[in-house]
Amino acid sequence: MNYFPDEVIEHVFDFITSHKDRNAVSLVCKSWYKIERMSRQIVFIGNCYAISPEGVIARFPELKSLTLKGKPHFADFNLVPHDWGGILYPWIEAFAKSRVGLEELRLKRMVVSDESLELLSKSFVNFKALVLVSCEGFSTDGLAAVAANCRFLRELDLQENEVEDHRGHWISRFPESCTSLVSLNLACLKGEINLSALERLVARSPNLKSLRLSRAVPLDALQKILMRAPQLVDLGTGSFVHDPASDAYNKLKATILKCKSIKSLSGFLEVAPRCLSAIHPICHNLTSLNLSYAPGIHGNDLIKLIQHCRKLERLWILDCIGDKGLGIVASTCKELQELRVFPSDPYGVGNAAVTEEGLVAISAGCPKLHSLLYFCQQMTNAALITVAKNCSNFTRFRLCILDPTRPDPVTMQPLDEGFGAIVQSCKRLRRLSLSGLLTDRVFLYIGMYAEQLEMLSIAFAGDSDKGMLYVLNGCKKLRKLEIRDSPFGDTALLTDVGKYETMRSLWMSSCEVTLGGCKTLAKNRPMLNVEIINEDDQIDFSSDDRQKVGKMYLYRTLVGPRKDAPEFVWTLSRRWVGTDLVKQHNSNSSKFLTMAGQEKSQKSQGWSKNPVPSGWNCHNIGVLSKNYCTRIIGYEDLKGTMA
Amino acid sequence: MSPENVNCLPESDVKLTLGLPGSGRIPSKPGMKRGFLETVDLNLELDQEVAAKPPAAKAQVVGWPPVRSFRKNAMKSCKYVKVAVDGAPYLRKVDLEICSSYPELLNALEEMFSCLTIWNYLNERKIMDNVNGMEYVPTYEDKDGDWMLVGDVPWKMFVESCKRLRLMKSSEAIGLAPRTPSKNSSTS
Repeated sequence: MNYFPDEVIEHVFDFITSHKDRNAVSLVCKSWYKIERMSRQIVFIGNCYAISPEGVIARFPELKSLTLKGKPHFADFNLVPHDWGGILYPWIEAFAKSRVGLEELRLKRMVVSDESLELLSKSFVNFKALVLVSCEGFSTDGLAAVAANCRFLRELDLQENEVEDHRGHWISRFPESCTSLVSLNLACLKGEINLSALERLVARSPNLKSLRLSRAVPLDALQKILMRAPQLVDLGTGSFVHDPASDAYNKLKATILKCKSIKSLSGFLEVAPRCLSAIHPICHNLTSLNLSYAPGIHGNDLIKLIQHCRKLERLWILDCIGDKGLGIVASTCKELQELRVFPSDPYGVGNAAVTEEGLVAISAGCPKLHSLLYFCQQMTNAALITVAKNCSNFTRFRLCILDPTRPDPVTMQPLDEGFGAIVQSCKRLRRLSLSGLLTDRVFLYIGMYAEQLEMLSIAFAGDSDKGMLYVLNGCKKLRKLEIRDSPFGDTALLTDVGKYETMRSLWMSSCEVTLGGCKTLAKNRPMLNVEIINEDDQIDFSSDDRQKVGKMYLYRTLVGPRKDAPEFVWTLSRRWVGTDLVKQHNSNSSKFLTMAGQEKSQKSQGWSKNPVPSGWNCHNIGVLSKNYCTRIIGYEDLKGTMA
Repeated sequence: MSPENVNCLPESDVKLTLGLPGSGRIPSKPGMKRGFLETVDLNLELDQEVAAKPPAAKAQVVGWPPVRSFRKNAMKSCKYVKVAVDGAPYLRKVDLEICSSYPELLNALEEMFSCLTIWNYLNERKIMDNVNGMEYVPTYEDKDGDWMLVGDVPWKMFVESCKRLRLMKSSEAIGLAPRTPSKNSSTS
């Protein structure tokens, strides 16, 4: 019962910004559910297949900002076949048909076509911000449509996308009247850019605060652009190569001195180390520095640069900095909160130039450190224990030893104790990635201590099902679990199937789970999609249930099997009936035809009680999608947005 | 151009082509000396080591180390440059990133233009067309638009600044192609 008018409650809700909190608020009572839903403007969908676009629109009609994530995380590492899914277009189509006034769209690991960008640009008058991270499927033509049609565009942020370059001067498509840009990130583009158009665009964008250029922008063009935008707060350079004796370079040095607001620096996609002294004058203001795409800067030049950066809070760097360089970071950057050290040889089990020494130095010198991604040659238990003692603030701890099953090189022991120390000490740890030689013991520790853990990545670790069970039983807040090449099988998978409905997703590849195990899991679990990625037809679905499943991805969903699954993705459903195929689903009386010609029918009774009529069978969705429809009838009680 | 008579090698030892010493390739023209490789790179032994390693032979685990493809491709930065040979009807392209040294580059060129072999005069750099006896000098256009002789600068610097290659007829390069043995420039 409400003691205040709805408007007051709505006003109170305005102060609740976290998605989790808003989800919780919406569960209190029907009235709060309604008020919350009508006032939510920012919607986060962690898995685009957990809900339909129509469902989102129905629940949140006042939505202005949408975040969508598509492919599973391991798609980043080529473990998910191309064409797996994560397609944006149906979302844009549905939103365009509705009355939603979309203003912001943030996408991660989605397939974005030029058509969808064009439709987006034409359908939402007030569209302001487009952020694409690790997406693919579009070209500069799509960008041209966004540039041309989004009259109030403030943010165009392209991070690490695969963009096809179609020549054509897409930058020139920004009309002269477009003066609203605040953030423009082009760093991932590979093709030529019309430099004078870019310069003019920058010149007419007085609010521009963040500008990240692509490799095609040379140093002299950078100088001209900076002249137009001395107010920049975040700069990403393109190519930083020039003759240090030249006029252009000297001009650049002078121009940079005028850019007193720059706090964040990145780029150097091509760099001549001799040119770096030009940026030394602005280093003392930097809070964020990303040199992880600058393979041309080595040891001493890096150190010379970093010695000027006393205010650094975030540092992304390559391992050529070495342990010695990390020692300098530790003594210079006392405000450091986030450190990422990437391998300069991303292919090899090569020779990373950093070891446990660098990490220990950092942990000792940087008390505020809470987020770490560290690719290294080796790690010891002693080092991890020291790190845990020095830094108990970690919220994200991702360690990648290049040889994934390497033990502690000093003691030849597994790294169980080291990681155990980390999880025990870091009570706020939310994300953890393991590597090195690890037994079931490390999972025992994780289950015992990692109470806040939300995401866990496991590779080449563990000895038996017990390992996975420790985690599933212990980590109450676990949302995402991804496992590869570890000996976890059906027992672990099936012990607590209800757990998966409390999580976003589970990925298991090259483990010991079998087809039979997956089928059992999928039975009576209408709120889970259990997908098997069957590349090269390795699995014969009509035969042996004891076959190992190469790749399994399961996720909770409100909308059943997805209709856009490609041929190689098989969704196991409620009841596996061998070779039965669904031919037609009539929403009134749910008829199914089996291969044998028997008709089954059952009234559907609504989602929450008898979610899907029995006889809903496994099939190759790709082939049958045009005949198959999933009408969920009468579903009322959405439990809160799936995140 | 007649070969230098300094340090005459016995015929059986002659390696005309870019095969490294001991690689067992049959020379197509006797009497030529091995000199280019030694002048271009500081340490021939090092080259041998490098060349002896099988290219990317390690069995790579899919998806390990867990580095985003975008980053992998960006670090790879393949650098394809056009190669023109004076008188040839069309151009080719060669990826400088996959060669890690001048000899490898010349190797790649030789494979591409099978009519050419690299002559190894002591301290001279010459490319000869077997069929018509024409001689070529390898040149490249750098970032500033100038045409330079291949081999003067360290390899990495060359890769950074090379925009395209041209095998210039040495008759056009008169006065430019080095004739006399000179000190090795550092070309690592």
